[in-house]
Amino acid sequence: MTSDLSDELFGSDIADKAKAIIARYPRARSALLPMLHLVQSVEGYVSVDGIAFCADQLDLTTAEVSAVATFYTMYKRKPCGEHLVSVCTNTLCAALGGDAIYDGLRKHLGRDGKALGHEQTSGEPGEPGSITLEHAECLAACDLAPVLQVNYEFYDNQTPESALDLVKQLQAGKKPDPTRGAPLTDFRQVELQLAGFLDGRESDVDGPSAAPETLRGAKIAHEKGWTAPTMPDSVSFPALPEKK
Amino acid sequence: MSNDVKPLTPVLTKRWLSPRSWTIRTYEQLEGYTALRKAFEAHPDQLIQLCKDSGLRGRGGAGFPTGMKWGFIPQGDGKPHYLVINADEGEPGTCKDIPLMMADPHSLVEGIIITSYAIRANFAAVYVRGEALHCIRRMQAAVREAYEAGYLGKDILGSGFDLDVVIHAGAGAYICGEETALLDSLEGLRGQPRLKPPFPATSGLYESPTVVNNVETIASVPFIVNGGSDWFRTMGRDRSPGPKIYSLSGHVTNPGQYEAPMGTTLRELLELAGGMKDGIPLKFWTPGGSSTPLFTAEHMDVPLDFEGAAEAGSMLGTTALQLFNETVSVPWAVMKWTEFYKHESCGKCTPCREGTYWLVQILQRMVRGEGTASDIDTLLDICDNVLGRSFCALGDGAVSPITSGIQYFKDEFLALCDTNAASTGKHALAGAH
Ligand SMILES: Cc1cc2nc3c(=O)[nH]c(=O)nc-3n(C[C@H](O)[C@H](O)[C@H](O)COP(=O)(O)O)c2cc1C
Ligand code: SF4
Ligand code: FES
Repeated sequence: MTSDLSDELFGSDIADKAKAIIARYPRARSALLPMLHLVQSVEGYVSVDGIAFCADQLDLTTAEVSAVATFYTMYKRKPCGEHLVSVCTNTLCAALGGDAIYDGLRKHLGRDGKALGHEQTSGEPGEPGSITLEHAECLAACDLAPVLQVNYEFYDNQTPESALDLVKQLQAGKKPDPTRGAPLTDFRQVELQLAGFLDGRESDVDGPSAAPETLRGAKIAHEKGWTAPTMPDSVSFPALPEKK
Repeated sequence: MSNDVKPLTPVLTKRWLSPRSWTIRTYEQLEGYTALRKAFEAHPDQLIQLCKDSGLRGRGGAGFPTGMKWGFIPQGDGKPHYLVINADEGEPGTCKDIPLMMADPHSLVEGIIITSYAIRANFAAVYVRGEALHCIRRMQAAVREAYEAGYLGKDILGSGFDLDVVIHAGAGAYICGEETALLDSLEGLRGQPRLKPPFPATSGLYESPTVVNNVETIASVPFIVNGGSDWFRTMGRDRSPGPKIYSLSGHVTNPGQYEAPMGTTLRELLELAGGMKDGIPLKFWTPGGSSTPLFTAEHMDVPLDFEGAAEAGSMLGTTALQLFNETVSVPWAVMKWTEFYKHESCGKCTPCREGTYWLVQILQRMVRGEGTASDIDTLLDICDNVLGRSFCALGDGAVSPITSGIQYFKDEFLALCDTNAASTGKHALAGAH
């Protein structure tokens, strides 16, 4: 059952999008993870109404949807800030400065001498300049360590100073470009993209993706003229194996 | 390996330097989708045989022979078949699949089409870890372009073969990289591993025959179709053939992605990467992510292929080489990794859920300088109860840093205890507050 509030929140546009997600899969329930991303694009977190909306769309109980929503770290239980800042504090990043970056941001974003905690928000959630801070596990960018993400866009090779400067700019309403990724929007907008909807932001695809580190091996090989062994001009397929 | 094979052999990474390498236009200018046309001339079983002949082994960590996996799919069983690409890249240190998908998404798409044709699947899903947003955009765009060009959808290139591909964003859970947890997650459930058997080959997605393969594995397929199995085997070693993307990170002068023949050593890779950063000597490293037992400076000449790494007491894993110099404390690093496994343990089985919890408590206490020498025995005892007794391989991976850390650096753990004994003499129990 959807409440009146969720009807209002999740209008026909969102319901249509939910249906479009379901249509991508052989079985409807596979749509649940992307649909929870969709819900977050509306409210900035997964609320009770959001859970009811998914349950309604997929003919599941709210308990079934909650069980899934609470399993995954990207589904937030409390409203997120305009931006979500995720600092990698896994071993390698931590050794290269990730822990110091995270501690510095916690202090800066805290209030009354108290450092901000994991998944806590500085400012009024959703308001411009509000920031939710979290520590993240390895973000698959170890060659660019230490890294952080803002709304899942990469800011590579950070220092405590550069990270602090970045966060101050976000608080002031600025949106510095990521090292790799698309021009910064906000948490809700990227959740819509995670649900599979680019909606007028198709050019985001062309944001930079390769850092010098990414291309290092390829560049050295190019400079030295090293290539993989040349492929033969023609190769035939192996014979069709005999049926046993 | 023949003698004239170069130290770096860019195959998967060779298009990465091209302008707008992620677009179908660039891809088609650089032999893109020629392998697909060729593959359609073959019988699907010939493609499976080709993959077997090539000796390609899974690049997701376990190194299972890919052709054999495809061959396990029952044919003529009347059930739909599925191909699922594991793009959940989350093993600490691993950072190869996401750059691959961002730089050359069409090589994966082409590999998906060929593989699906070989195993007779008409639906394929790419499960990309949710935090990899930009990679998801690139993959979505590539799939859209492939549909528009007639490489996906109905009757692809007039072959009579139909295929739909969906890009599916995960939601932040390392365990979803485990193939059966991934399938549950893709079905819209909590991502917890399934009991095996049945294996995905007979009962995978929606209880139907399913192949789960890693990104790098499937992106290799178009090259094998074009070059043939003998060509593929000119690189690497007999039982671990082909090129491999080695990811170097940490205290190295030039971290990054280096695609070299299987069996390349750390010494050779370090030479290409400008040596250790600031000349500070190497202390310990992971050959293939944090779930693979640590190596030390003694292991610089171990050939990094499946056999070489195993014979030296570790595993090739994902060829994620995380290098740590002498400034890094081993007990601290081990504690950090253990905190990761505790956080990511899905909680389904007791040895892993409870074991990682207690291991973290003890390690944190030791790092605080409040440990005792008997803690080392307790750690090893708990590890013994987790290894081989957990429901999935996450538990096994969780103990790798601890047991290997103690094996090679026991003195460092003991030194932490000595400081404690000297200062207090107190014995605290793990978990005592
Ligand atoms: C905890 C855990 C995490 C894993 N994460 C990944 C992953 O992120 N990507 C991947 O390809 N394989 C991962 N694997 C391995 C998969 O279970 C599976 O072996 C692999 O996807 C098979 O593909 P391949 O044969 O092409 O390597 C993981 C395994 C475990 C136990
Ligand atoms: S070993 Fe850990 S991750 Fe794997 S099933 Fe058990 S609790 Fe879950
Ligand atoms: S450890 Fe931070 S990205 Fe891998």
